[in-house]
Amino acid sequence: MESLLFYIFAAAALAGAIVVVSNKNPVAGALALVLTLFSTAVLFILLLAHFVAVIQVLVYAGAIMVLFLFTVMFLNLREESLGFDAQNIPFKLGALFLVLIICAFLAGIGFKKGLSSVQAVAVEENFGTVQGVGEILFKDYLLPFELTSVLIVVAILGVVVIAKRGSD
Amino acid sequence: MGVTIEHYLVLSALLFVTGAYGVIIRKNLIVVLMSLELMLNSANLAFVAFSRALGDMTGHVFMIMALTLAAVEVAIGLALVVAIYSHRETLNIDVMKMLKG
Amino acid sequence: MLAWIILVPLIGALINGLVFATGFWKKVLNGNEHTERRIVSVVGCGVILASAIISSIMFLKLRALDPSEREFIQELFVWIPSGEFQVSFELLFDSLSCVMALVVTWVSFLIHIYSIGYMHEDHSYSRYFTYLNLFVFFMLVLVLGNSFPLMFVGWEGVGLASYLLIGFWYDDPEKAYAGRKAFIVNRIGDFGFILGIFLIFFVFGSTGYTEVFDKAMDSNFMRAVPGVVITVIALLLFVGAVGKSAQFPLYVWLPDAMAGPTPVSALIHAATMVTAGVYMVARCNVFYSQSPTAQMVVVGVAAFTAFFAATIALTQNDIKKVLAYSTVSQLGYMFMGVGCGAYAAGMFHLVTHAFFKALLFLGSGSVIHALSGEQDIRRMGGLRKFLPITSITFLVGTLAISGIPLLSGFFSKDEILAALYERGYMIAWLVGLITAVLTALYMMRLYFLTFEGETRAPQELKHHIHESPGTMTAPLIILAVLSVIGGYIGVPEFMAKFVGIHGSDIFGKFLSSSIFVEVVAHLEHHGFGHWTLVVFSIIAAFLGVGIAFYMYKIEPSVPQSLVENPTIAPIYRGSSGKWFVDEIYNWAFVKPFINLSLAAALFDNRVIDGAVNGVAHLIRQGAIFLRSAQTGILRFYAALMAIGATAILIYIVLSARF
Repeated sequence: MESLLFYIFAAAALAGAIVVVSNKNPVAGALALVLTLFSTAVLFILLLAHFVAVIQVLVYAGAIMVLFLFTVMFLNLREESLGFDAQNIPFKLGALFLVLIICAFLAGIGFKKGLSSVQAVAVEENFGTVQGVGEILFKDYLLPFELTSVLIVVAILGVVVIAKRGSD
Repeated sequence: MGVTIEHYLVLSALLFVTGAYGVIIRKNLIVVLMSLELMLNSANLAFVAFSRALGDMTGHVFMIMALTLAAVEVAIGLALVVAIYSHRETLNIDVMKMLKG
Repeated sequence: MLAWIILVPLIGALINGLVFATGFWKKVLNGNEHTERRIVSVVGCGVILASAIISSIMFLKLRALDPSEREFIQELFVWIPSGEFQVSFELLFDSLSCVMALVVTWVSFLIHIYSIGYMHEDHSYSRYFTYLNLFVFFMLVLVLGNSFPLMFVGWEGVGLASYLLIGFWYDDPEKAYAGRKAFIVNRIGDFGFILGIFLIFFVFGSTGYTEVFDKAMDSNFMRAVPGVVITVIALLLFVGAVGKSAQFPLYVWLPDAMAGPTPVSALIHAATMVTAGVYMVARCNVFYSQSPTAQMVVVGVAAFTAFFAATIALTQNDIKKVLAYSTVSQLGYMFMGVGCGAYAAGMFHLVTHAFFKALLFLGSGSVIHALSGEQDIRRMGGLRKFLPITSITFLVGTLAISGIPLLSGFFSKDEILAALYERGYMIAWLVGLITAVLTALYMMRLYFLTFEGETRAPQELKHHIHESPGTMTAPLIILAVLSVIGGYIGVPEFMAKFVGIHGSDIFGKFLSSSIFVEVVAHLEHHGFGHWTLVVFSIIAAFLGVGIAFYMYKIEPSVPQSLVENPTIAPIYRGSSGKWFVDEIYNWAFVKPFINLSLAAALFDNRVIDGAVNGVAHLIRQGAIFLRSAQTGILRFYAALMAIGATAILIYIVLSARF
């Protein structure tokens, strides 16, 4: 059962990814990205990371993608041509190399027997729950947590400055 | 065959590669940013997968941090996009060659 | 005390140079030109007088010492402390350097006084005295130094001063060229000199006179040294002397050096600098006495030079050029003297020659001054009426150099000829004798054409002819007196009673404390006794005077008809053309060398600059090529990053596998 779910949603994620990359229309790309993000959230649940999965949907798919779509529609973009002209050859080469990465990775994994199957590892009760994440976040990783809030404030300032400058 | 961690890692790699492909190939700035998001997401997947494998929730924390970062980065990036578009009426990144030389 | 002899002229040079010659006095202190000249004259002549007085005092002190201990040494400071090679700035005052110091300082003093009058109207008055003082300083370092490097310092220094003074009127390119020529020809000689010093250090482990000569006289030490080494040392040092003292083939700079002011010619190119070579041979008597080969070379070169130069002097028409070639010829005599082992004789002639040659040059300067710069004797004549003092003193000098009996030149020249004969240098003796005839001939010719007969001077100059001022005639008179009585310090024994002198050969005896190796040569009597040789010398002198008297006083048309004679004519052309030595040198050495320099310059410009520029060009091209990677297109950069990351990953995976 679990395997089946995995394969379905993995496929969905990949499909979404490919659509993002290849479709001419940015809006279609954005929607496909939402699909990918949702699928990833399901995969998180399969990995017993419940809290994280919900966060993913709320923030990533909920806020970020909305922002994307908002900007796309606000700017009223037209379609651009993908045009695989001669200039793209170095880029195709780059893509080829990326494929090679995968092969290398796969080859590397294939020979490593260090990681066993998911089920073999026993996990505690609180693994992946709100309580568990809360505990670890506010005890061991309090400082990074506070720093991220500083980061967000800085970002807001930056956005205000940049967007404001552009619009006079 | 059961689904092991390796499967998740392979998926993560595939998503990453796809995102990288998109960053390299596409000329539209918005699409590039979205591909970038894809790459970040794949990294998050890898984090959580390892966290499950090792039974340590640090991976989850990392994932939350990365998520926050991604959000911030998108915000600023899109602000820049707006600024650029209002200046140059185009989002073709090949046109923005000020780094040349 | 000793150090002041050299320091005082140096101070004079510094004051005159830094304060006056640089224009500091005039421009910064707004000084008066007249005052400047006064101060410069006083300082310039005063320091030389001080130096001369100190030298004289030292001489008296030296005489009071026992002959075996006759020397003063004073070390000033250590100049080169370099491991095994130690050179200290040390001064030596023994009889040899004493003689040289006295001659240099006193004759210099007289010439300085003379210069006040001669250079009176010149613009660069201060510069002149600066250089002159500088010269005296270096000359004194040369003769008072107690080691070869110090002598060499003085050697080079006088060469420098000579260059500065020959080219004194450097606005005229020919005069400047003459200065350069002197310096460069000297350099060739100096090269041999330096090699000699190196060899001395290599063989003896030191370059100070005391150490080197002590070792050279130690027969145990010398047993290990092959004879040829000493010969080579002696010959190398002699090469330097050939350059500095204008012997064949490096004499060519001396006639050209007449481009400088006449007092300079008198001081440097007659009395002092050119005699440095003779002094050097006398100082190194230890070497030359141990190398018969070197001695033969020296005598041979000297004899040839003496004769060669005399033949040229016969037909020259510039009053100073005649005197210049005469100097070369007389230097030949001096070298014949010191070369055959009669060091005292050579030095004696050096001293007497200083007197009468300086006199002759100063006299000619007086003539030139009177004629407002005319130097061609064909345009002179009859000046006896106008310049009485000059003419009489000049005559005295002429007679002295011709070897007329009882004047100084007679004693010194005769001593050399006798020495040559007694030591077996027959050919040299004969050449010396014939040259004596020629010497008398060309000197009397000079006198007659300049002072006797009718004036051939152009009309407008005649009005200005006047006798020179006191500052110029006083030195003339003093030198004339010295030319007459100067010989009496060196009268040989057999003549002493005849001439009425109490002690004989005072000069030779005085010098013997410095001449270490007493060359008691086999004074064989090859038939001619002492007196016979003297008679030969007298005949030679009078023969020369007589021929000149006939040719120029009695029958003035004789010279012209001789020149037109077809057999004589080519000889005349060769002689008056200086035997074309300068032209040969030009063709054989100067032009090829200049072409070589041009070729080297071309090579430098094309090849070396080309290589350097080429490298720069290459790098630029490379940079342009590499710059094409900076396209500014972000995707390109991203692709490159991806490729790079891939490569690293593959490497890691592969290395982890193995």
